[in-house]
Amino acid sequence: MIEVLRGRFPERVVERDDVANAIRITVPPDALPETCGALARECEARLVVMTGTDERERRRGYGLYYLFALPGGELVSIEAEVDPARPTFPSVTRALPAAHWYEREVKDLLGIDPHGHPDPRRLVLHDDWPRGLHPLRKDFDARRFIAREPHEHGAITGVHGDGVMEVPVGPIHAGIIEPGHFRFGGVGELVFQLEARLFYTHRGIEKAAEGAGVDRVLFLAERLCAVCSLSHAVAYSQAIEALAAIVPSMRARLIRSVLLELERLYNHVGDIANLCAGAALQLGVYQGGVLKERLQELNAASAGHRYLFGVACPGGVRRDLDDVAQERIRSELGAIEGEFRSYLAALLETESFMERLTATGVLAHDVAEELGAVGVAARASGVARDVRASHPYAALREGMVTPIVRSEGDVRARLLVRADEVVASLGLVRELLAELAELPPGDLTMPVGPLAPDRWAIGMVESPRGENVHWVMTGAQGEITRYRVRSASYNWALVPFAVVGNLLPDFPLINKSFELCYACLDR
Amino acid sequence: MLSLLRRRLGLRRATSRRPLVSPPPFGDGQPVYDGARCDLNGACVRACPVGAINVATAFALDRARCISCSRCIEACPTGALANGLVFAPPARSRRELREPRGADLVASGEDLGRRARQVLGRSLHVRHLDAGSCNGCDWEINATTNAVHDIQRFGIDFVASPRHADVLLVTGTMTRGLELAARRTYDAMAEPRMVVAVGACAASGSPYPTSYASGEGAASILPVDVFIPGCPPRPEAIINGLLLAVGRLDMPTQKGP
Repeated sequence: MIEVLRGRFPERVVERDDVANAIRITVPPDALPETCGALARECEARLVVMTGTDERERRRGYGLYYLFALPGGELVSIEAEVDPARPTFPSVTRALPAAHWYEREVKDLLGIDPHGHPDPRRLVLHDDWPRGLHPLRKDFDARRFIAREPHEHGAITGVHGDGVMEVPVGPIHAGIIEPGHFRFGGVGELVFQLEARLFYTHRGIEKAAEGAGVDRVLFLAERLCAVCSLSHAVAYSQAIEALAAIVPSMRARLIRSVLLELERLYNHVGDIANLCAGAALQLGVYQGGVLKERLQELNAASAGHRYLFGVACPGGVRRDLDDVAQERIRSELGAIEGEFRSYLAALLETESFMERLTATGVLAHDVAEELGAVGVAARASGVARDVRASHPYAALREGMVTPIVRSEGDVRARLLVRADEVVASLGLVRELLAELAELPPGDLTMPVGPLAPDRWAIGMVESPRGENVHWVMTGAQGEITRYRVRSASYNWALVPFAVVGNLLPDFPLINKSFELCYACLDR
Repeated sequence: MLSLLRRRLGLRRATSRRPLVSPPPFGDGQPVYDGARCDLNGACVRACPVGAINVATAFALDRARCISCSRCIEACPTGALANGLVFAPPARSRRELREPRGADLVASGEDLGRRARQVLGRSLHVRHLDAGSCNGCDWEINATTNAVHDIQRFGIDFVASPRHADVLLVTGTMTRGLELAARRTYDAMAEPRMVVAVGACAASGSPYPTSYASGEGAASILPVDVFIPGCPPRPEAIINGLLLAVGRLDMPTQKGP
């Protein structure tokens, strides 16, 4: 592949990086739109994550890293250095719509302006944040208190006209859910515009990770989001392991894979139950809730935590799954499988429920493809993306997971993808446990040596919500200088597309069918 | 619908009958401290990722900061710290969450409990507020409403509006983004009202470093009546904390119906 890319971009430096496990192409900022666009168009490359960095302390400028995956899985990073005296670069978004949120983040957090971006409003920082202050710049003191500025509500454009109604909702909602502000514009119950104002739970985790020890950052990674905690911990650990050039033992990788599937199971089953809440089907909520509770208690009994905190660490895992734990998982999942099938059958027979889901909240295939949807939302709209299949990790090998894909893109399709994935996941756990039973007891962790200095690496995990990417860069001493987390909840950028044209009371249902977190989006 | 009802008829009772106490310890939990075995060697201080332990003059553990990661227990060479608390009991003040607990603190919240019982009776309406959490506490609050934990059997119910609420149940570090919304929600509540902080970050901000974005918990802007430690606290611990707020923790109803 590298020869093909050298042939396509003869005037650029194209080199292989074994730490990053990617082909890196360095270009001047002005060439970013052309190069990224060409890679996406001609090589069918997909934007995985885009990161900005402040490398002025290392006598460089600001860095921009657009990381792509080719259809065969190979990673290609298009990189540019921006002059700190003139922190601007031509936006890639018009050539590659999937870059839109990333570039807005870079503008907010690093003050590098994506010139020509079609939507240059703030994304992470809210309107009361002073102009000209950028938290991820190295000369910004993280502990500094920043006073609120008087402001206009610039982030919400709104809709106007005869008979047009604007419905503001949040950030504090009526249920037990996370905070976000939504502005619906429409006539009657028909929604024709939705603006989401997110990042209320922004906790500054990426900034906090800079300069912190590898072990300290693990606790932050686990708490990016509780319900995808293990996926985040494993993705972070994989990035660190790449930088330290170590590979955990087979036993540790098998335990990671088994428990990652347990994470998927309790989430998927719980998400199906919550979908019933969106349609006011209380019996469905209760019965699914009991199954979810059993799965979380299984987590606690076999791995010590209902949300699987404290399980993974760079170098391996902290918990063994001994014969007793393996048998417990096997027998409890056997019992739950029967109950889940009867629960699902009862739901599917409930016509009033299924009719509400059908043709509701359609995410068009093209939108999902163009804007870089991941996870269940992508697969229910005909986009076969599953990191477990495209970039197998931990104990997974090629061919062990086949993405479950549907084409309808509606709420029902997202329910059915989850349901099929529950069954597939139960089978995968059995397969992995059979392998684990064959292994003699062995080392769970290995020491993590110094990290390669001045490099970057990523970890990718398919969480219950989709692809989580952790991008970690080291400084001259091998310390962490930049930690970029792109969680599957970046799918939030897609939700408005699925809501427009629907009825306002269907929003909770559509929202629950995506089931995205605010915590790991906001960081 | 009928199919779900038919299925329901075949299901056994799901609601837990067990009293709301810690299940047997396994995995990570808050440490149990044995002063007789402690020689103040400081291994626990170095192991703690969130600065919850201090041994400068005497051993002190701040359970509000503790994220139940067990690293101190693993590091302790003398066995003074042991795994034993899957969840630590709720408390009426940050001071009460310090280990070892002072004898003078035991009776500190009696008045609150009596007053709450007088004013609110036995029922409690709760408004949840996420002030910037990892969503773990929020999902555990959700779990208190499932058929297994069934918080409604205690007369506790979640309401949509702060105007209907007796208690504001706060999770999260109190981020810059949510501070104003939290103040407004509290201001919208009618007296008498109480605030219960759920989880380490609402109780102290831990484990997120205080920063331009992240605060030091609910008590930094709201008068907190009860702190529920844990990361996240289990559903039973959250129910216990609400029962403490309403002065019913010691009443026989806690043993279940």
